[in-house]
Amino acid sequence: MPQDRNVLRESPSQTAGPYVHIGCTPNFTGIDIYDGDLGTAMKTGPVQGQEITITGTVFDGTGTPLRDAMVEIWQADAAGLFASQNETRGASDPNFTGWGRSPGDMTTGEFRFDTVKPGSVPWPDGRMQAPHITVWVVARGINIGLHTRIYFEDEGDANAADPILSRIEHQNRVPTLLAKKTSEGVYLFNIHLQGPDETIFFDI
Amino acid sequence: MSGPTLTPSLGGYVPRDRTWQPDALTPPYKTSVKRSPSAALLSFPSSLSEETAPIFGHGILGALDNDLLHNFATQGQSAIGPRIIVHGRVLDEMARPVPGALLEIWQANAGGRYRHKKESYLAPLDPNFGGCGRTITAADGSYEFHTVYPGPYPWPNGMNDWRPAHIHFSVFGHGFAQRLITQMYFEGDPHIPLCPIVGALKSQEAVDALTAPLDMHRTVPMDSRAFKFDIVLRGRRQTFFENRKDGM
Repeated sequence: MPQDRNVLRESPSQTAGPYVHIGCTPNFTGIDIYDGDLGTAMKTGPVQGQEITITGTVFDGTGTPLRDAMVEIWQADAAGLFASQNETRGASDPNFTGWGRSPGDMTTGEFRFDTVKPGSVPWPDGRMQAPHITVWVVARGINIGLHTRIYFEDEGDANAADPILSRIEHQNRVPTLLAKKTSEGVYLFNIHLQGPDETIFFDI
Repeated sequence: MSGPTLTPSLGGYVPRDRTWQPDALTPPYKTSVKRSPSAALLSFPSSLSEETAPIFGHGILGALDNDLLHNFATQGQSAIGPRIIVHGRVLDEMARPVPGALLEIWQANAGGRYRHKKESYLAPLDPNFGGCGRTITAADGSYEFHTVYPGPYPWPNGMNDWRPAHIHFSVFGHGFAQRLITQMYFEGDPHIPLCPIVGALKSQEAVDALTAPLDMHRTVPMDSRAFKFDIVLRGRRQTFFENRKDGM
């Protein structure tokens, strides 16, 4: 036997189940133990940059909207800085948390984030990435949380130079990662778990 | 001074072991059939977007947030059911403690009923039990909840499927790449090997990793039994090299 590697295995994932909202957005379900649901407000005061709204719906492989999903987003501020203890490049916008959590609408399942357009963030080799938002989706029937990213269709030049987008083999699927501008400052980003419009999900 | 830098720095996250983690499609768990991506995941090294995460200070916590016996109960009352302590540590794959991790839990009451308007199981609600709690890990990665032993309950999948007693855990570490939701099971529960959701796990070792043993060392005599549940999050590579080659 060779030596032990002294590493642990990541805890295995299990589905969030049908009642993830009890645990993560209890006020949404009528349980008012906490002051409010975390991740509801991403802006805590006047913010720098362009304020935007992103809405969308998570669809299953039959095209049915999910009403028991939870969507979380994480992003840089308008200057490309994160409100994180691991951010070493400078201080981020003090009025912007960068993190949002949505249980979706009780009836339609539509999620909504009032946020800011993120600035560019470097790739490990120093190249700049196109503005993007990291997305994480959990729900009943999803055994392990799904990571994807929101890019913006009106950032054509930056998207063309992006280290990830430019390396995707199936370029015809790239539009599944692009938020569509429906009016000034308003974007639509639907997530398809399966089917012909299946969103590109990341192992990252 | 010249010579090698000996101060370690953190590199990217170690890739998730997809041979260990459950697959998206596990047909005995029927809901996964139409909610599982069919294309391959797109693999990329982590970048700042995944190596950072929001900060949750202890300031967000109320005094009873980790006490499900009392956090929804009328003053002077408490939830009905066997009183238990669930405790453990949050570590990374290199066995380093993860302090400051946000843990959010939710569970059925002692009768197996959730407090949710879509829940239809005939077991009664407990007026003194909400079913959720949260805490933030200490400097050594440790945490503790006080709650009741949740009841097993039937669920619509096969005609006679029952969930083992379990507590759902949502875990926020230091990087968004570590984001994890899982479930804790209880040692000795005969429903564990029968459950299609547990069945999504690929090995007995993975089931064991989510099974909390009775911990008599933390049991409070004449008060509460204790169960120990450690959680492991993805780790970051440690490197002694300060500079990364261009293009990597």
